[in-house]
Amino acid sequence: MTGINLPRKRKKLRPATMILYVILLAGTAVCIVPLYWMLRSSLMSNAEIFVFPPRFFPSTWRWNNYVKTFQNFEALMYFTNTMKILVPCVIGTVLTSSMAGYALGRLRFPGKKIWFALTIGAMILPGHVVLIPLYLTYSFIGATNTYTPFYLAAWCGGGAANVFLMRQFMRTLPREYDESAMIDGASRLQIFLKILVPLCAPIMITVAIFTFMFYWNDFQGPLIYLRSDNKFTLALGILSLRGAYASKWNYIMAASLVMVVPAVLLFAIGQRYFIEGIVLTGVKG
Amino acid sequence: MSNESISRVIAAPKRRHFSVMRRNEAIAGYLFMLPLLLGIVFLTYGQFVYSLYISFTDQSVFGAANFVGFQNYVKLLTEDFFFWKSIKATLLYAFGSVIATQLTALAIALLLNSKHLHGKTFFRTVFYIPSIVPAVASCLLWMWMFNPDFGLFNAFLKALGLPTSKWIYAESSAVPSLVLMSAWACGAPMVIYLSGLANVPPSLLEAVEIDGGGVWSKFIHITIPMISPVLFYNTLMGVIGGFMTFTNSYVMTEGGPNNATLFVNYLIYRDAFQYNEFGYASALAWIVFIVLAVFTLIIFRFFGKKVYYGDRD
Repeated sequence: MTGINLPRKRKKLRPATMILYVILLAGTAVCIVPLYWMLRSSLMSNAEIFVFPPRFFPSTWRWNNYVKTFQNFEALMYFTNTMKILVPCVIGTVLTSSMAGYALGRLRFPGKKIWFALTIGAMILPGHVVLIPLYLTYSFIGATNTYTPFYLAAWCGGGAANVFLMRQFMRTLPREYDESAMIDGASRLQIFLKILVPLCAPIMITVAIFTFMFYWNDFQGPLIYLRSDNKFTLALGILSLRGAYASKWNYIMAASLVMVVPAVLLFAIGQRYFIEGIVLTGVKG
Repeated sequence: MSNESISRVIAAPKRRHFSVMRRNEAIAGYLFMLPLLLGIVFLTYGQFVYSLYISFTDQSVFGAANFVGFQNYVKLLTEDFFFWKSIKATLLYAFGSVIATQLTALAIALLLNSKHLHGKTFFRTVFYIPSIVPAVASCLLWMWMFNPDFGLFNAFLKALGLPTSKWIYAESSAVPSLVLMSAWACGAPMVIYLSGLANVPPSLLEAVEIDGGGVWSKFIHITIPMISPVLFYNTLMGVIGGFMTFTNSYVMTEGGPNNATLFVNYLIYRDAFQYNEFGYASALAWIVFIVLAVFTLIIFRFFGKKVYYGDRD
């Protein structure tokens, strides 16, 4: 990188380093083989899947299983439903958590410390305690079996952890930006939208990815709030598939893989933001 | 009051301008955090208080609730067969999964932190992938791999000539199987450990080396104290996460076999949403909350003191 290439001696692989690689490759197998097992099972016929001893490779790769899975199982509807929750929730979370992060990270006002402490408290508060009262509240206002509970949570700060991330990031930006803009007569809304939002793009991407993953994976929320099959998300829909075809593990594995692939792709694309976000919560938290 | 009036007299227009600015800033602050404020008040702490109230009633989905005093709590602690089963199963799982997950995550992080290693980013990505798999998909996959007759695990054990297991389908092996599964997805603590290890100053490690210390004494005397804040954070989050586990018992075992995996969050769900006993389930939720709070305090007391935060003021 420095441009000066010193003559490098080709180092011999030390025995310890070789053992290290062997262990890491074994670990790689532990991580990947289960996912291969999912793929392999999804491509087998129902007879082949129940052969003993199990085969590691399918005799024929039945990609047609995916067509059948999509025909039998309303994957497209479940996907659309998941998106109906996801898109507004990602927008709401990024918007309201960055607004709160601006207030808590860069503005001075009475009571700020208390509100911040309450936000941190909400991060540790176990969710199971508020599950029942929330359900009763939403049931009282007639919002069960709709997506309102998800929208409300996302548009009211979108979770304390996201607010915390935004606030930590906003605090690292130099205050001079705001001050010079103030002198030029900009309002706080203008400062927020025109100066801070562009600077906060990395953390906003992190929060957006976290939110996407959260609602893509969320199981307990949809399970409690959604009753009719035509409102189900992918996570819930897959389970109804299990009920309908008790032993068709090839279709169940195909549907599961349909859920895995977008998540892994998003991770692969946004890995840098994702891992930075996790580290930021863990190290500064 | 008088102080204020005096200061008002002294205050030149400039000062007045300053206080107007202060006031504007405060208004802006509250406006920007208004959504969060509503969320904190109405969706978090308000519900928290409401939950405590419900736990003293016979609330169901329909109809009004009657105040029943401590009846739910007394019944839970003295009569409920499932409650103690559930507490036992949850403690076993929570501590088992914390130990398994943290050891795996730390071991991987230590290996990846080796200075002789090439392809660190590649391995980090690979070891993170299991954590990306959505919970429901992961539960279905593991259920299928745990299948005693046609699953991957028993096929593997048979091929090696080892005894097979019934995995999640037997009372004694159900919780250990779920613990094993939890350790598979240890990506988040792993990357946090990695970042902690990156901050261990090489000079300290070299100092131990000069004094003739080996790998083990470097690890015990330097690495562990230096990463104690992330160790603490990961353990705490692991205990809370383990206590709150739900999807695995709902999807894979439905609390069985013979209530071996009847984790509290699943029991709360069952009492509330299947048996329609909201008051009773809320009392259960509160007992679990108190147990969890006690464990958190114990962890803070005995572990928190030993955490080394460097020169933080």
